[in-house]
Amino acid sequence: MIKFIDEYRDREIVGEFVERIRNISKKPVNLMEVCGGHTMAIQKFGIPSLLPAHINLLSGPGCPVCVSSRQFIDHAVALSRLNDTVIVTFGDLIRVPGSSSNLDKEKASGADVRIVYSILDALQIAQQNPDKKIIFLGIGFETTAPGTAIGMQQAKQKKLNNFFLLSSHKIMPPAMKALIDEGVNISGYIAPGHVSTITGSKIYEELSEKYKVGCVISGFEPVDLLKAIYMLVRQFEEERPAVEIAYKRAVNREGNIKAQKALEEVFILKEDWWRGLGVLPESGLQLNEKYRALDAGNFQVEIEPTREDKGCICGEILKGLNTPKDCKLFGTACTPQDPVGACMVSHEGACAAWYRYNR
Amino acid sequence: MDKKILLGHGSGGKLTRELIENLFVKHFSNEVLDRQSDSAVLDVPSGKMAFTTDSFVVDPIFFPGGDIGKLAIAGTVNDLSVSGAKPLCLSCSFILEEGFPLAELEKIVISMAKEARKAEVSIVTGDTKVVNKGKCDKVFINTSGVGLLNASFQHISTGDYIQPGDKILVNGSLADHGMAILAARNEMNLHADIESDCASLNHLIRKVLEAGVHVKFMRDATRGGAATVLAELAENKPFGLEITESKIKIGENVRGICEILGFDPLYVANEGKVILVVSEEDAGKALEIMQSDELGKQATIIGEIVNQHPGKAWLNTGIGGKRIIDMLAGEQLPRIC
Repeated sequence: MIKFIDEYRDREIVGEFVERIRNISKKPVNLMEVCGGHTMAIQKFGIPSLLPAHINLLSGPGCPVCVSSRQFIDHAVALSRLNDTVIVTFGDLIRVPGSSSNLDKEKASGADVRIVYSILDALQIAQQNPDKKIIFLGIGFETTAPGTAIGMQQAKQKKLNNFFLLSSHKIMPPAMKALIDEGVNISGYIAPGHVSTITGSKIYEELSEKYKVGCVISGFEPVDLLKAIYMLVRQFEEERPAVEIAYKRAVNREGNIKAQKALEEVFILKEDWWRGLGVLPESGLQLNEKYRALDAGNFQVEIEPTREDKGCICGEILKGLNTPKDCKLFGTACTPQDPVGACMVSHEGACAAWYRYNR
Repeated sequence: MDKKILLGHGSGGKLTRELIENLFVKHFSNEVLDRQSDSAVLDVPSGKMAFTTDSFVVDPIFFPGGDIGKLAIAGTVNDLSVSGAKPLCLSCSFILEEGFPLAELEKIVISMAKEARKAEVSIVTGDTKVVNKGKCDKVFINTSGVGLLNASFQHISTGDYIQPGDKILVNGSLADHGMAILAARNEMNLHADIESDCASLNHLIRKVLEAGVHVKFMRDATRGGAATVLAELAENKPFGLEITESKIKIGENVRGICEILGFDPLYVANEGKVILVVSEEDAGKALEIMQSDELGKQATIIGEIVNQHPGKAWLNTGIGGKRIIDMLAGEQLPRIC
């Protein structure tokens, strides 16, 4: 099974990095992680308890479920009510609240909603049910988008005319720029590990250069994260923001060219809505002309008017302006059993991570 | 053709009788059951009695390390045992799906009989219903059980005597059952050599209690895993819990699957693990007794009751950090027991 976990959870190595961070860190600093996996790992391993109080770790818009619009869920709900239609999705999305319903409730009232772990399982469902329309809900950043792209390529090759995509795929750099444009005080980004294996570290160069902000790509183990934090603090203290990699066993400058090619072949950029950030140009992925026939957006359905919950501050939390504890709904009206905001639904959401590990 | 369960097997008529006699009574036979009266009539000594019930709907019904039958016996035996009671007898009800192969039912019944013998409990009454195909999934089992409770162990289920300094023990590795079930479902094409820890813990628990160990609390860490038991134990209490992650045993394969799928093993179900709170003086003795039992070889002291952070369970993480252990919200995995 998996090896090389213990090496990256070694108490002594962790202790050395903590010591080094304490030695060089003089000024208060805000570091933001923009990956749900990092949010979880930081809380799960208790990393904040190891750092000096003036190193402030912020959770950014790194959970795909959390940043997606409520309209996306409403759209999926509307599609699920069509006859002979199967909605196929990753499990996280099932319980995300829409304006008046969610996929879980639709499933209970008879809609065919199925959870898969890969788009390839969704293709299989399409092959087995030629008389039904199979709609895959594509969600995630550059990490999951290539999987969807390859799924779409296969659907085309196999001439599956009953397989469709409703895409909420997004790309990370526009959000990282928008946060700084919005005036969020960020001195360094703990840049996402999985996204970067696909894109390479090169996608952060323009951002780092233009905004003078450090971007250090981290893995998901405690040693990776503390090394990344150390590198960011060092950059900050030495006033030389740069793109660096603290996750060299998986990430290089160029990334996974094959995956990038698949993305280019299938998708084009579009403007997209982000919770907390609003509409960002060229931040979402939609099927291009070649694949347009497979776009589930073509179905004529009536989508109910989007209704956002009052009092939910997911938007501010996703921008790192507030922590979950600042939300008056957190832990009372909004819990993982009965979530109000998307940040509480996804297990990678900042609110869910706080609720579980830091309440 | 293989014999299948028919709707008639639940009609109360001739087929029902055949099923009872050729299957249930044959394998579960004991003096009380063999009378086949409407109610089991039991001789009970005076004193306290513990009574519990549980239903089992696990999918798949056969999995490495056990099956739904073994689980149905061990689950109820364990619920009685962790209350400090000595399990006496069980009831057992089957809900069967029309078309379910008789041979599989017999396999389950034999497994139940074997586990009951091992746990030294009798199955004294039962019921069978058959529903139309598609109205239940193969077989669902309910078992209820009664046990005798010595008044001096009455405090164990509520944990009234717990105080700072007490030690927290567990009888072995965590998350085996939940991950064995997950791996046994072919949905994810994961092939891992993981066996469920499904087992009756009454003998292990009895040894500890009879040695005079001052046990202040016990709970089996089933759905919601160890984390849920620990978080509940601390909730609204004047004391806190401190758990040391490095003392918690997790099997290598279990850890691998948990990592791949993003499960926290502390929240994954067990079916043969008990968490005990024992007085500080007796902790060493309790550990020794548990480690000498087949089901407690890997027992460890995983933490203690502390004065600090009342109402909360804290985990000292393997890397030297700290975080809260909270209850499981929602379900990590459906139909694991």
